[in-house]
Amino acid sequence: MTLPSGWEMVVGLEIHTELKTATKMFCGCANSFGSEPNTNICPVCLGLPGSLPVLNKMAVELAMAIGVALHCTIAPSTFHRKNYFYPDMPKDFQISQYDLPINSRGYLDLPDGSQISVERAHLEEDTGKSTHLGGSGRIHGADRSVVDYNRSGVPLVEIVSGPDIRSSTQARAYASEVRGILIATGASDGRMEEGSMRIDANVSVRKSGQPFGTRCEIKNLNSLRSLQRAIDYEALRQIDVLEDGGSIRQETRHWDENQGETSTMRTKEEAEDYRYFREPDLVELSPDQAWQDRVRAALPPMPAARRARLELLLGEPTEAQRDAVGTVVELELDQFVIAAAESNLDVSLAVARAANEIAAAINNVGRLSVESFVATVSMEQSGKLSATQAKKVLGELLENGGDPVAIAKSMGFEQMGAQALGELVAQCIAENPSEWQRYRDGDEKLSQFFIGLVMKLTKGQANGKAVIAELQQRK
Amino acid sequence: MSSPLSREEVAKVAKLARLRITDAELEQFTEQLGQILEHANDMTSLNLADVEPTGHPFGLINVMREDVVRPSVDRDAVLAEAPDAEGGRFGVPRIMGEAP
Repeated sequence: MTLPSGWEMVVGLEIHTELKTATKMFCGCANSFGSEPNTNICPVCLGLPGSLPVLNKMAVELAMAIGVALHCTIAPSTFHRKNYFYPDMPKDFQISQYDLPINSRGYLDLPDGSQISVERAHLEEDTGKSTHLGGSGRIHGADRSVVDYNRSGVPLVEIVSGPDIRSSTQARAYASEVRGILIATGASDGRMEEGSMRIDANVSVRKSGQPFGTRCEIKNLNSLRSLQRAIDYEALRQIDVLEDGGSIRQETRHWDENQGETSTMRTKEEAEDYRYFREPDLVELSPDQAWQDRVRAALPPMPAARRARLELLLGEPTEAQRDAVGTVVELELDQFVIAAAESNLDVSLAVARAANEIAAAINNVGRLSVESFVATVSMEQSGKLSATQAKKVLGELLENGGDPVAIAKSMGFEQMGAQALGELVAQCIAENPSEWQRYRDGDEKLSQFFIGLVMKLTKGQANGKAVIAELQQRK
Repeated sequence: MSSPLSREEVAKVAKLARLRITDAELEQFTEQLGQILEHANDMTSLNLADVEPTGHPFGLINVMREDVVRPSVDRDAVLAEAPDAEGGRFGVPRIMGEAP
């Protein structure tokens, strides 16, 4: 989407991610999604008087891994109480990091070459989950809400970007790259649909070259698609208001996915005064250099490095191939492509099959072994299978598993062996003597004519490269 | 000497803390809290340039536990103590709007 001429959007994102620890941030209750309501609760995460929080070492370690991956400085940090009254937070405050976060001043390079600064990535605890019950048909008659505290106290890292993002596409690319890093570090599973990664977007607009405008914060962005749509909607809304001579109020707005619009949730005047103060029950967190070094050393390659590795295998990748590599890395299919490359197969073919065929059935990827993938690509490259046939074999492998050679046989694909193909090519040559003569005289374009004929006869089952080989043999 | 704290500020803090206080209490707390602030202000007359800020009375850092699951409490026992419950969840008065 392009904004009206002369306008520019300024966007910063706050990405909250739940950490994949075994237990909660400050108590030994299990950190698990989908348990029966209120089965993972104890005096600490229920905020009962006299209970004391103790920091989870693994949460700190995962936060540090995120910080290292985002090129942040890890510094001594403290915890504060963020005070507010809401039933999802039984203590009536959330423990968070305020003026001294564990990670600060980092950055992230995006695949398009742009760089987004990361102001901070701090630790905090998640809240419980409340559900509103309608009044009708209930015993008591009155409307009320019910609360499940299983999520209360689950460790979170909030990653705050600088106001460096200038388009919704870039916002999406940034969020997607952060998600890739969270998955690669093992800090989070990055599942937005389950709420383990949640995004708020700060959006403002300005005339190019002018100071930043007043920003609005958009909440309830539950997918990358929502993020992109909401930012575009909000930027256009603000431009409309300003062009009509109005002004923007600083406020929190709610994204409605069905309506495709944002609406006022609360204005700044109504905003809570959180009265942050030091959490007296927690001491300073100050990871020493040795611990930081261990975390750094244990970090697996990040998505950018993995993309670079695959692009190096491709040589000089085209734009489309780079996109395909992005998909391969995002879906963690690197090992398929690398195994194909190690078997001296065509890397571009392996990337294409991974980014298209495997990606199309990504939920079944566990059924496809690296060996089966390599064998299928090998059969396609050698001409034993046409592109169409290879895709079908991969589809079957992803659907039901099995042995690619046996599957190809059972699907009747091996019928199109070299001999059968040779006979078909000979037949096409015999039926089109003048085209054949022109091809022999050096008009290479006519190879496409013969490939077309053979494809028609074989209903697309032939291998184009194999047809050319047959033609050249007969020249 | 004028109070370091206004009645309006105390009323706001009470509101944020969801405390209902009478006019007499407002008067009393404004004076008492003002005295505490005045005492804190006394510190500014001291030369503390060479003193490290104290974040916590203990000199401890990095107090942590291993990431090992410990038993949670019995849900029914907890919910039995709650004023209201339904379907394994705590019942609360209707929530207006979204979380801050």
